[in-house]
Amino acid sequence: MPTTTTPGIAAGRLPSDMLAENFLDLHPPMSAHEAQVAADRCYFCHDAPCVTACPTGIDIPLFIREIGAGRPDAAAREIFEANILGGMCARVCPTEVLCEGACVREAAEGRPVEIGRLQRHATDELMSRQGHPFARAAATGKRVAVVGAGPAGLACAHRLALKGHEVVILEGAPKPGGLNEYGIAAYKTVDDFAAREADWIIGVGGIEIRHGRWLGRDFTLDELTSDYDAVFLGMGLGGVNALEVEGAQLEGTGDAVGFISELRQAGDLSALPVGRRVVVIGGGMTAVDCAVQSKALGAEEVTIVYRRERAKMGASCYEQDLAASRGVRLVFEAMPVRLIGDDRLEAVEFEYTEAGPEGLRGTGETFRLAADQLFRAVGQTLGTVEGVETAHGKIVTQGSGRTNLDKVWAGGDCALGGDDLTVTAVAQGRDAAEDIHSMLTG
Amino acid sequence: MADLTTDFLGIRSPNPFWLASAPPTDKEYNVRRAFEAGWGGVVWKTLGAEGPPVVNVNGPRYGVIHGADRRVLGLNNIELITDRPLEVNLEEMARVKADYPDRALIASIMVPCEEEAWKAILPRVAETNADGIELNFGCPHGMSERGMGSAVGQVPEYIEMVTRWCKQYYDRPVIVKLTPNITDIRKPAAAARNGGADAVSLINTINSITSVDLDSFSPEPSIDGKGSHGGYCGPAVKPIALSMVSEIARHEATRGLPISGIGGVTTWRDAAEFMALGCGTVQVCTAAMTYGFRIVEEMCAGLSTWMDEKGYRNVSDFVGRAVPNVTDWKNLNLNYVAKARIDQDLCIKCGRCYAACEDTSHQAIAMKPGRVFEVIDAECVACNLCVDVCPVENCIDMVPMAAGSTDPRTGRVVSPEHADWTTHPNNPAAQAAE
Repeated sequence: MPTTTTPGIAAGRLPSDMLAENFLDLHPPMSAHEAQVAADRCYFCHDAPCVTACPTGIDIPLFIREIGAGRPDAAAREIFEANILGGMCARVCPTEVLCEGACVREAAEGRPVEIGRLQRHATDELMSRQGHPFARAAATGKRVAVVGAGPAGLACAHRLALKGHEVVILEGAPKPGGLNEYGIAAYKTVDDFAAREADWIIGVGGIEIRHGRWLGRDFTLDELTSDYDAVFLGMGLGGVNALEVEGAQLEGTGDAVGFISELRQAGDLSALPVGRRVVVIGGGMTAVDCAVQSKALGAEEVTIVYRRERAKMGASCYEQDLAASRGVRLVFEAMPVRLIGDDRLEAVEFEYTEAGPEGLRGTGETFRLAADQLFRAVGQTLGTVEGVETAHGKIVTQGSGRTNLDKVWAGGDCALGGDDLTVTAVAQGRDAAEDIHSMLTG
Repeated sequence: MADLTTDFLGIRSPNPFWLASAPPTDKEYNVRRAFEAGWGGVVWKTLGAEGPPVVNVNGPRYGVIHGADRRVLGLNNIELITDRPLEVNLEEMARVKADYPDRALIASIMVPCEEEAWKAILPRVAETNADGIELNFGCPHGMSERGMGSAVGQVPEYIEMVTRWCKQYYDRPVIVKLTPNITDIRKPAAAARNGGADAVSLINTINSITSVDLDSFSPEPSIDGKGSHGGYCGPAVKPIALSMVSEIARHEATRGLPISGIGGVTTWRDAAEFMALGCGTVQVCTAAMTYGFRIVEEMCAGLSTWMDEKGYRNVSDFVGRAVPNVTDWKNLNLNYVAKARIDQDLCIKCGRCYAACEDTSHQAIAMKPGRVFEVIDAECVACNLCVDVCPVENCIDMVPMAAGSTDPRTGRVVSPEHADWTTHPNNPAAQAAE
């Protein structure tokens, strides 16, 4: 039986009960009483800062008041009117930098109202009752194509369907949800929530998802614009950035996105191999999700190495603390310069960095970390989409997601200007849908 | 160290905290435990006339109003007087009094409004050696339908009549417990005094329905789908009780009549407030029903340390100190001008003051960039609503304007002189100042 100290990359390092415990719900649901007590802490602020801080503008004080008054279902309706993925956002939003970071009780006593968990309480309550809270408007006869069934695509499709349009979602992966299904740590969305949420959203009617359909491989944008009245691009970022260092081809190196995806789709976590010593390169949420889950699978040592200073890290303070509390080591201001090994990865050589006037540069001082496995979490790329104007590797949009092409909108991670959050993608998808609707009915 | 010893009508108790006549004082078992816990006195659960004991409902007796986290803010009950045989209660009272001679033991009594009924029970109560009696003219539910309790307390003539009988047939202190379910508390209090009462105690509970079940449409507490009004008590009734106490304390016909204060006393502070308004003792019920007898430890410690801090050696040093400050509206100084002031360092920028002032008051708070809230003195009438809704203690103050300064709202110079409605030019009945 492998253990945490078994050399190399091995599956089954931990017994199944420990694995189950390591992947438990990160923020367990609130009981009804807990929610009442938490709701009572909300001051119902005037022009509340939490609402301003929410990319989807959920009326947070109102929904919390509805929970307090014993109607979590009314609260959920309020949430879903602004954000149909309110259930997932309640689980994965970095609330400490959004609503809870803006909460006046955070300023007053360092303990904000637990908005995220209250939102989960309300949305869970309504979603558990089956059915869909909204009814579609009369059919318009218009058809819209949505590329990608991730948060942006689902939010856009749902809002369009509500308005009475027919929506076809073209999705490459076998399941809907995008990063919610494939790219987020399992402990943030337990019990197959991403899939359940996608099903629930589609339950409004008027949305057809065609899986196994990749843009550029199975269809072109030109075909969509001629076949549909409008097109929304929400396919996220398909490619992963490479590490351009010596030894990058060694066995044992991989990308974090792929690892997380494999983990999320694994039926049996004890069959999923992980290194004894794991190094994750990067500083975003994906790096943390990858590192914490490597540790949870039984890796003995997991180190995140980020090339800049801690304050620049994309992962929130909460995520950094989570990683540290799960036994992940965080190393800052160091970049990989060489991967060492014969065929298999054995160690990674790093050079310390310093910020100079021309950007980051190495100091010349190096160190090595023993490693059986290395994950790259250094960003993703769009690739090319014919005819669409891009900048900095993303689609350029104006207003509510309008691209340079007539009839084509974009939103979510593939569009420029977002901050790579589920909640931002939802807002962009929703707003593009409103804009498309205006155009189609105007 | 402050001395909490209380002398009320000659009845001494080690502290002013008595348990009110209610379920916690219904039997020897409870009362002994209450005395062991430190209560200064007990008013035994109301005794009825000899004969078949009263019967209670066999379903819920209590309803509740909850605050945050299910904190009990108000309780109502439809329990009747003691449902145990008179003889049993009397025997127990005698035993307890003998074992706790330093504690106050008062017998609460409710018998029909007939002289014979009172004449019959009073000697038997006297034999228990209880320190005094309390006439239950207050309970508003059940017994009142049979002409007792608040049915007596609502008719001053009956109060006076029964009190007189009691003074005639009983030689220890007689306390008359008043119902708040009347228009003017001064009338029954004056009647009690006219009848010879040594003191009044108030308030008894208030007619109430705590809630309505929206599935069954039954009032709560619900007995087989029906409800009856109960008596409301607990922290929620304290302001009503304080006002009624103050009326008796300052009214010409009742001034000086000893008062035992009742109504939502939960901590030492509540007790001190009742006493400042003239109560020689306080009676506690809901707090003990909610938290148990041990709360008296907090009450004694809190009152004692507060008295030490203020330099009061005996409770009589501060009893009644607030009474001279209770006055009629017409006597309030209209030349007292204050303005709200928000401490920007303490402000957490919730904007509740702004919402309240905009939607209710005088649009006297400005919301500036960066969520900075500032008072507009030219609009502020000092209503205090912003202070009341602010979640941060002491963040907003009402600051009096100095005499000689000009109120930007009225353009008038603040006068150092007192001036009130009685002399105001807008008052048609005003007396011209001499």
